[in-house]
Amino acid sequence: MADAELSVTFAGPLVTFQDAGRPGNMRYGVAASGPMDRLAYDTAHAALGNEPDLTVIEVSLGGLMLVCSKGSLTVAITGGDFVVEHAGQKTSSWTILTLRQGEKLAIRAGKAGSWAYLAFAGALTTDDWLGSQATHSTSGFGGGAVQAGRSLVISDTNLRDDRLGDIAKPEFIPSGPIRVVIGPQDQHFTSQAIEHFTSATFSVTDAYDRMGMRLSGPALELDGALSIPSEPIVRGSVQVSGDGVPTILLADHQTTGGYPKIATVISCDTDSLTQLRAGQIMRFVSITGQQSIDEVRNFAIRRKQYLEEVSIARGSLEQRLMRENLIHGFIEG
Amino acid sequence: MYPHFKAVADHALLVTFADQISDDAHASVIALDKAITSNPPDGVIETVPALVNLLIAFDPIVTDHSMIEGKVRTFLENLTAQRIEGVQRRVQICYETSLAPDLENVASTTGLSIDAVINAHLAGDFQVLMYGFAPGYAYMSGVSENMQVPRKTAPVRDVPAGSVIIAGPQCLITTLTMPTGWSIIGRSPSPIFTGDPAHPFLFDVGDRVAFERIDLKKFENLVREPAYG
Repeated sequence: MADAELSVTFAGPLVTFQDAGRPGNMRYGVAASGPMDRLAYDTAHAALGNEPDLTVIEVSLGGLMLVCSKGSLTVAITGGDFVVEHAGQKTSSWTILTLRQGEKLAIRAGKAGSWAYLAFAGALTTDDWLGSQATHSTSGFGGGAVQAGRSLVISDTNLRDDRLGDIAKPEFIPSGPIRVVIGPQDQHFTSQAIEHFTSATFSVTDAYDRMGMRLSGPALELDGALSIPSEPIVRGSVQVSGDGVPTILLADHQTTGGYPKIATVISCDTDSLTQLRAGQIMRFVSITGQQSIDEVRNFAIRRKQYLEEVSIARGSLEQRLMRENLIHGFIEG
Repeated sequence: MYPHFKAVADHALLVTFADQISDDAHASVIALDKAITSNPPDGVIETVPALVNLLIAFDPIVTDHSMIEGKVRTFLENLTAQRIEGVQRRVQICYETSLAPDLENVASTTGLSIDAVINAHLAGDFQVLMYGFAPGYAYMSGVSENMQVPRKTAPVRDVPAGSVIIAGPQCLITTLTMPTGWSIIGRSPSPIFTGDPAHPFLFDVGDRVAFERIDLKKFENLVREPAYG
């Protein structure tokens, strides 16, 4: 198998290398990092027939442009609704295509979504930290930021003609309000604040990066708590600063902090949350801890089913036509 | 009422021992942390010790809050009253003015001489309470009362990694170039990131830390060694 080389000609801010992340280090102040939208990341690998934890490029709204300077390889682009330009053709994310020597690829912000994933049929090796290449954006540890002028070598490349074309989007994702479990520091809020949190609408502000997403909405009044001991934070913690402004902590969150947490977003709702953009609105709905377990388990079954479906190679164009004919014939018969 | 248990979304349980910082509450956090990490129940991914509570992160496909709570209650019943003594660590520090821009200010604020501040810091018995803020930032208690200073009103930018900083009763050694509102009283050449995959961070929560003074020449020799950084 051969190598391919990609030259980055443009990379916006917050375009980083990510793999599945480095769980297990929160006790040392290290969040797991990894993709903001984990389902989109997993889908890119499943659709290419890859191992599930390979390194990808996470593309922010800033966008990414590169040129294939050597070799050729098949890539998958998933996440949000980004504009993809390849060799003069315009498509959108959730697609698989083959990059050949001299061809350009651009991934730009489209109609919706904040994060896209560029996965490779081959191995991209970047800097490792604590056993993972995921970039921790505030420290720069791990693979790091993708920058213009950088040349990326993809080894053991493959051409996956049997996988080219659209990837089915994850339509099974619930589209309702973001589900949260109230707490763990809800005792520091007035009952009115809890009521506001689960009834009002909030909008995403510009203060949104891999660490967290600050929201705008009614002030969530603290019940006299000025200084509480620093407590652990997870991906999905909704912390409220002294002025009543909530921030949802995400992939590169601090691991402990002194702001009280009014609620925590359940794990299967963080992916779609991260795809919101500044100005978009959201609501929260409160469920119990036990309900959250049920919801996450149901979601995991549908998620697995979906990933299995997208991982099936559809065959080359010729094979697909053959199959269509056979199915057609079968139904007719 | 304590300990109390709180669900953190679908994937963690927070066990809290007190609402205010105390030695007893932190000792309970460390004891439970040790019990769980030495014998992790099915589905436990990691634990995060903090000042008054312990977060237990788990895989919600394998287990749930009530199963983990049951395990924790069993652990707590079997914990002995004896405190877990953390490992004693030694960390080198250079108090040279160029590496300690706030030393003079700490001295004038507290009414001590610079040497008295240094001696008070060297005499301190520090304990790692928790990590937070950024990778490898280990919050230590033990700054003696006579040298305590409040946080600055505005943070200072680009404080180099390895800076030894204090605020109130807490001390920490920075690992990254970051802004801080704490007072910079010295620089340590001792890497918090050890580079050893089996033990990647110098301290565990609960460890005791003593500072050992070195001069600028030794500091410069040590930071030139490839093991650092």
